[in-house]
Amino acid sequence: MSQAIERARTYLKPLKKLPTVWCGGCGLGVVLSSLTRVMAEMGLDKNKTATISGIGCTGRLPTYIDTNTLHTTHGRALGFATGVKLANPELTVITAMGDGDSVAIGGNHFIHACRRNIDITAIIVNNCIYGMTGGQYSPTTPHGKRGTTAPYGNVEYEFDIVSLAAGAGATFVARTTVYHVRELDKLLERAIRHRGFSVVEVVSNCYTSYGRLNKFSGPVDMFKWMKESAVTVKQAGEMSPEELEGKFIRGIHVEKDQPEFIDVYDKLAQDLTKGPSTVNQKLRATIEGYEQLGDKLKAGIG
Amino acid sequence: MSGNNERSIWVMQGNEACSVGAVAAGINFFAGYPITPSSEVAEFMARHLPLIGGRFIQMEDEIASMAAIIGASLAGARSMTATSGPGFSLMQENLGLACLAEIPCVIVNVQRAGPSTGLPTQPAQGDVMQTRWGTHGDHAIIALAPATVLECIELTACCVSLSEQFRTPVVLLLDEVIGHMRESVAIPAPGSYKVRSRPLPSDDEEDYRPFCGGQSDVPPMAHFGGPHRFHVTGLTHDERGFPTMVPEEVDKKIRGIVDKIELKADDLAMNDETMTDDCEVLLFAYGSSARVAKASVGILRERGVKAGLLRVKTIWPFSGKRLKELAPQLRSIIVPEMNLGQLVTEVERAVAGVVPVRHLGRVDGHLFEPDQITDFVLEEMAS
Repeated sequence: MSQAIERARTYLKPLKKLPTVWCGGCGLGVVLSSLTRVMAEMGLDKNKTATISGIGCTGRLPTYIDTNTLHTTHGRALGFATGVKLANPELTVITAMGDGDSVAIGGNHFIHACRRNIDITAIIVNNCIYGMTGGQYSPTTPHGKRGTTAPYGNVEYEFDIVSLAAGAGATFVARTTVYHVRELDKLLERAIRHRGFSVVEVVSNCYTSYGRLNKFSGPVDMFKWMKESAVTVKQAGEMSPEELEGKFIRGIHVEKDQPEFIDVYDKLAQDLTKGPSTVNQKLRATIEGYEQLGDKLKAGIG
Repeated sequence: MSGNNERSIWVMQGNEACSVGAVAAGINFFAGYPITPSSEVAEFMARHLPLIGGRFIQMEDEIASMAAIIGASLAGARSMTATSGPGFSLMQENLGLACLAEIPCVIVNVQRAGPSTGLPTQPAQGDVMQTRWGTHGDHAIIALAPATVLECIELTACCVSLSEQFRTPVVLLLDEVIGHMRESVAIPAPGSYKVRSRPLPSDDEEDYRPFCGGQSDVPPMAHFGGPHRFHVTGLTHDERGFPTMVPEEVDKKIRGIVDKIELKADDLAMNDETMTDDCEVLLFAYGSSARVAKASVGILRERGVKAGLLRVKTIWPFSGKRLKELAPQLRSIIVPEMNLGQLVTEVERAVAGVVPVRHLGRVDGHLFEPDQITDFVLEEMAS
């Protein structure tokens, strides 16, 4: 066993028994191994890291990781993560969500997290289907593809998660697939190091629920599909819209510097406490009133 | 808000009092979403928390607000949100997670008339049963209801303390009248109330088990970023936090989170009694309805009716102890509530037919008037 694998293994919970809950051939194992590898290579302090998820197959991912882990309600991982990060900004906060979790039931939380630019990494494992519940179509199921609730083909049109994140203001947005493992490692590390809200969409395969309904012959066939359908940002720049039909573009789509939410908040708090002249007089009088009251109250209630 | 610093008498609004009480009790994180009639709490927190090293965030909805206060509490903060009916409905799912995962936090619900959008600026007491049973599955909840502005300070602090002590979400049930009412308040004397902190594991504890192992215990709570790392889930879990479907473990967990609160119902009961020593007719009330009921007791006494008032500050867990003690001397119990019959069902259960219990409901968006309660009592006495 290589040292890198051994190091990555130390980021798996010793008490949680393998195998995972995931089906054979599922791409989530690739994401788990990539994430633990990256954590190990970065030397993340396990006690100072929180891995947070919602519900679904991807929701089970943190259960295996030996950091602080929080498995929340469906769609709400980012709300919980926002609270964790605000209460203890020294924590590295990573969320893992599926496509239904992040952009259907959690879509509102997702766009607002992008807008706020809080220092959280969102890994979105997009397998184009609700896997855990048995194959219902999701907001990323391509138009025309089948799900158990789209038995004649999907009538709706799919979200492009990268465009959604970029449009909502995320300051780091990237996409790759579970086939492109080295790129996945690289992008996850870049995203975790990025100071601000970072999104990595990982196109994955759910053979059990999506593949079988959509004429893939097996998990390997789905890896081939990912290999052939993914083009780099550079390649895409030289392709016509017709050539890009059915392809997805991998690599870094957005990477920009923008002040991070807590940095801005704390700077403001510092200015307020050190420079009261910046506050208008009326507000200052109100605040001083409360401060006097607060001191008395603290003596009574402490 | 205005005050005389020398005499320690302040005039303030219920929502303001709730906010200052929260901060005095150590609340240092607030996440919320604007909603009438609770928004003054969020406004206070937005102004105040950055000045004292805390943090405020306005989330995109009440679902996220509830999620954020749970997350913040797990990372070591004392956290709170404030809302009203529609927002409280949205918080129910995550509130259940806080019950199951034993995470302290405080939810202020300034009740307005419902259902649905209802009457946003009018009072009601229609969320009493939702507070108890709003989230799915068996669980327990602690809820307190102030009737004065001073109690908004005291009981908010008490909510913080109880949430920490029992590692559970605690609801402060205000109503629009109490939330928006202004009263003079005498600041509690130094040392009059002690806010507890969550039980902590020792830093070097080996084999730390973060969750309830039954026997109604409240296990020590580490926080994310401290020396113990652990797993938290909304799935039913064992003492270490890992999902379990073993019947004995599941049973122990659910009974544990219920028993740690329900078995303490009598200890947690906070009542305020008016002329109950010799009363034959007992008014049972809480919140703003109890203020009116107290006036009715005075009127009834003037008319020679031996009336008394039992005002409960602790709504949940419900304690029937005092009702059972008083029952033998009573001819009837009258329960005025701004709903069509919620806490009255608990009163009926407590006295179990020993005394007739009658409900007086009001759902037109207005507070009772003393004459309405008085007349109802007189009619009951006559019949």
